[in-house]
Amino acid sequence: MSYTRPTFRHPEARENKLGYSRKAYEGAISTLCAGCGHDSIVSAIITAFFEMSIEPHRVVKLSGIGCSSKTPAYFLGRSHGFNSVHGRMPSVATGANMANRDLVYLGVSGDGDTASIGLGQFAHVVRRNLNMIYIVMNNGCYGLTKGQDSATADKGSKSRKGAPVSFESIDLCELAIQLGADFVARGFSGDKKQLVPMLKAAIAHKGLAFVDVISPCVTFNNAPTSTKSYSWVRDHMEATSTLDFIPLQPEITTEYDHGTAIQVALHDGSIINLFKREDKEVITSKKDAIADLEEAKVDKHILTGVLYLNPESEDFHDINQTAEQPLNLMGEKDLCPGNAMLQTLNESLR
Amino acid sequence: MKRLERVNDFVIRFANVNGSGSASANNLFAKVVYRLGVPVSPKNVFPSNIQGLPTWYEVRISEQGYLGRRGGADFIIAVNGQTLRDDYDMVQPGGYFLYDSTRELPESFNRDDVTLIGIPLTQLCNDEFQDNRMRQLMKNIIYIGALAYLLDIGMEPISASIRKQFAKKPKLAEPNIKALELGFDYAREHHGDSCGLRIEPSTAVGQRILIDGNSGTALGALFGGATVVGWYPITPSTSVVEAFERYANRYRVDPETGNKNFAIVQAEDELAAVGIAIGAGWNGARAFTATSGPGISLMSEFLGLAYFTEIPVVLIDVQRSGPSTGMPTRTQQSDLLSCAYASHGDTRNVLLFPSDPHECFEMTADAFDLADRLQTPIIVMSDLDLGMNDHLCEPFSWDDDRRYDRGKVLSAEDLDKIESKWGRYLDIDKDGICYRTLPGTHPEKGAYTTRGTSHTEYAAYTEGSAAYERGMKRLLVKWETARSLVPRPEIRIRDESKKIGALYFGSTTAAALEALDRLEGNHIPINSMRIKAFPFQQEVFEFISEHDLIFAIEQNRDSQMQILLAGECLVAPGKMVPVTNFNGLPITARMITNQVHTTLLARGKAFISAASPVQESTP
Repeated sequence: MSYTRPTFRHPEARENKLGYSRKAYEGAISTLCAGCGHDSIVSAIITAFFEMSIEPHRVVKLSGIGCSSKTPAYFLGRSHGFNSVHGRMPSVATGANMANRDLVYLGVSGDGDTASIGLGQFAHVVRRNLNMIYIVMNNGCYGLTKGQDSATADKGSKSRKGAPVSFESIDLCELAIQLGADFVARGFSGDKKQLVPMLKAAIAHKGLAFVDVISPCVTFNNAPTSTKSYSWVRDHMEATSTLDFIPLQPEITTEYDHGTAIQVALHDGSIINLFKREDKEVITSKKDAIADLEEAKVDKHILTGVLYLNPESEDFHDINQTAEQPLNLMGEKDLCPGNAMLQTLNESLR
Repeated sequence: MKRLERVNDFVIRFANVNGSGSASANNLFAKVVYRLGVPVSPKNVFPSNIQGLPTWYEVRISEQGYLGRRGGADFIIAVNGQTLRDDYDMVQPGGYFLYDSTRELPESFNRDDVTLIGIPLTQLCNDEFQDNRMRQLMKNIIYIGALAYLLDIGMEPISASIRKQFAKKPKLAEPNIKALELGFDYAREHHGDSCGLRIEPSTAVGQRILIDGNSGTALGALFGGATVVGWYPITPSTSVVEAFERYANRYRVDPETGNKNFAIVQAEDELAAVGIAIGAGWNGARAFTATSGPGISLMSEFLGLAYFTEIPVVLIDVQRSGPSTGMPTRTQQSDLLSCAYASHGDTRNVLLFPSDPHECFEMTADAFDLADRLQTPIIVMSDLDLGMNDHLCEPFSWDDDRRYDRGKVLSAEDLDKIESKWGRYLDIDKDGICYRTLPGTHPEKGAYTTRGTSHTEYAAYTEGSAAYERGMKRLLVKWETARSLVPRPEIRIRDESKKIGALYFGSTTAAALEALDRLEGNHIPINSMRIKAFPFQQEVFEFISEHDLIFAIEQNRDSQMQILLAGECLVAPGKMVPVTNFNGLPITARMITNQVHTTLLARGKAFISAASPVQESTP
């Protein structure tokens, strides 16, 4: 749905540390269907980057193909974007990040883009622990080709067309944990209170931060019988933990004050406050995280929150020992060994 | 029987079992000939296997400097029981057959035009060495020792090379020298004057070096400023990236911090490999990937994206025999069409055709400038023969004043100076190439979304026919700019009347030049054109139109260059005659002369003067 957005902003609208208003983080008007979960995620992304005072032009947006992959047009209009080919965002993101390690890389993908055609690339970008935020806008269906089931649609779930899904679904979060992701979270587009701090923590995390956001497709997969519908998710959602993200400097007063908080410090010194459910284990255990997910499946619950976190993450450039200076800024002096070396090499071949 | 008696002009072929350590012994032999100053051209014919299957190493020795395959073998070292009979049958009349005489040859090996040279390799080895591995490895060195005597090389040049090879581990040199002596002494005692082939020191090599094309390519990428590599292992391109990594570890690592001025990812497949290179090219780093035919098929989707979104990227295609998995360890030039028009829709890619390792170096370095200048994929078309075999070529050199041409990239200052609205796909200079920006350049200006969907001059999504057509037509303007920038063909006129021409490219060059020399010697002067790049320039069109008949010499079944030329240059049907070899082994000069003769005979007297002999002997 297209609509016009008034350009007027309240003159006293809040500005962030950089002096930018929220507008500097907005993009073009969305052309998605009215009520699409993706639009809510877009709004959460805008809020997260705005509130974290990240310079928009230092962010790189990358996506594949599909409804979700169209969304980078709708946020961070001052950032470069790359709407690549279906299922291949991870490799393009890898190359872009290798070229310049200093920018913030935000990958946006969908369940078709990631769990089917791009499953291989997803697995390997996780293995490489590329320093990026990888968001899947997960609606369990192929929206742009009119509602076919995707690989994350739960077995037995029924979309608008009414036929139950025949095959097992892929749980991207569980897979990501197994593949070695050091930050794995699941959110719901209808719960911005949880999603915004979750995205902030993902942005602050060094290494690959995987965020699976269940995002109902109002047009093709929102029947009450679908496990990706608004009503089903609301009824079956169970938060592993509520969380708040505290950036390195200005302290944000937490809105959650129940339960006991556990603080997990990220590499840059920022802190995630996790308000655990009393009976839940610490999320820094991989084994427990997977067990929780499996258990929730049996109970037909959808676990949300930060599911697994390893704050000691080593990203691709740490492992590769890449120079601090971005590779794309290097010139002849840094890169070309020169003719003298070549003559020595010629001689060694004789 | 008339024995072959030749100095510095023959072909020697080693028949081995792969995984037996023969490769280093055979390389040693070629290197010694090279160090004696005699032009040499070794070709490795190997299986897609690690151990136990037949492998051959063919060494052409040519004082005149003919470095292509000639065809046939004058001296065969038969160390592989599996292929003994075939190897024996292959010896040229008057030639020599060296075999392991620990076991007698079957009686059926009774040709009267072959000189048998029995050396009890296994026996000698077992008597001298106790260790099993040593017994296997040293067998190879023993026959090199025998050759040192038989070909009149002497012990010294070979033992000197061995000592050089083991300079850091002199202890390892000892058993090698011992084995060398065993072979040398045995041959001297038992085959005093068996062999009429000789190698004499020469100055014909001059300053030239001996190196494989893939190393040249890797050095080109290193000097050309490549920093990001995405790749997936595939023969015969693997050694491009392995060599790049080796050189980069040597020359691009900060000695104090250990930090690297490069990043290489071995990707999950070829799609990701080229995706990585494209992502990095988009973000302003010089990036490449190396692959072979099957990889090209997989990369086609991404090549279309890079073409349409205009992203610089360099692709090295080391071609092998297709289709499908084909013969993965055999050579061919059969990816021309799949590379030229890779991907769906109307696409065209710039191709470069190096013919030796020196050109692999130069063209690869140039490819990065071209990619940045043209903002499009540049594909360097090497092949297995060129890439994996050692070739004699001019030494490498680099102009230290040379600056990388990074093309039209706007800085923050540039963006501030622009008064009108900047558009990523606005053709300001009317050369089809637009100005691009890199992420992170300017807080407020120059951001855009790159997309594989149709876009306006301002990079906005559009389904408007007019904008789409404008974009597609502009890409053709850029194609014309590419035509003016890529290397021009090398033309040689032997006959001013310009009756017959021949064209070829890449690794076919050496055999083609030899064939054309021989044909000229037989009073059939044929003008020649070596094509170095696609798009083709005016010279290519003119050369074809000036001649009555054109031989297109290439190494694939379907005459792909001819198809490309026919379409691009609108050549009249029948004007071009294919001369092809697609058996997986490098084309030989004899194959070319034979096919040319056959055609000329069939086409009648118009093309053959009275003095021309009918045909050379078959290979």
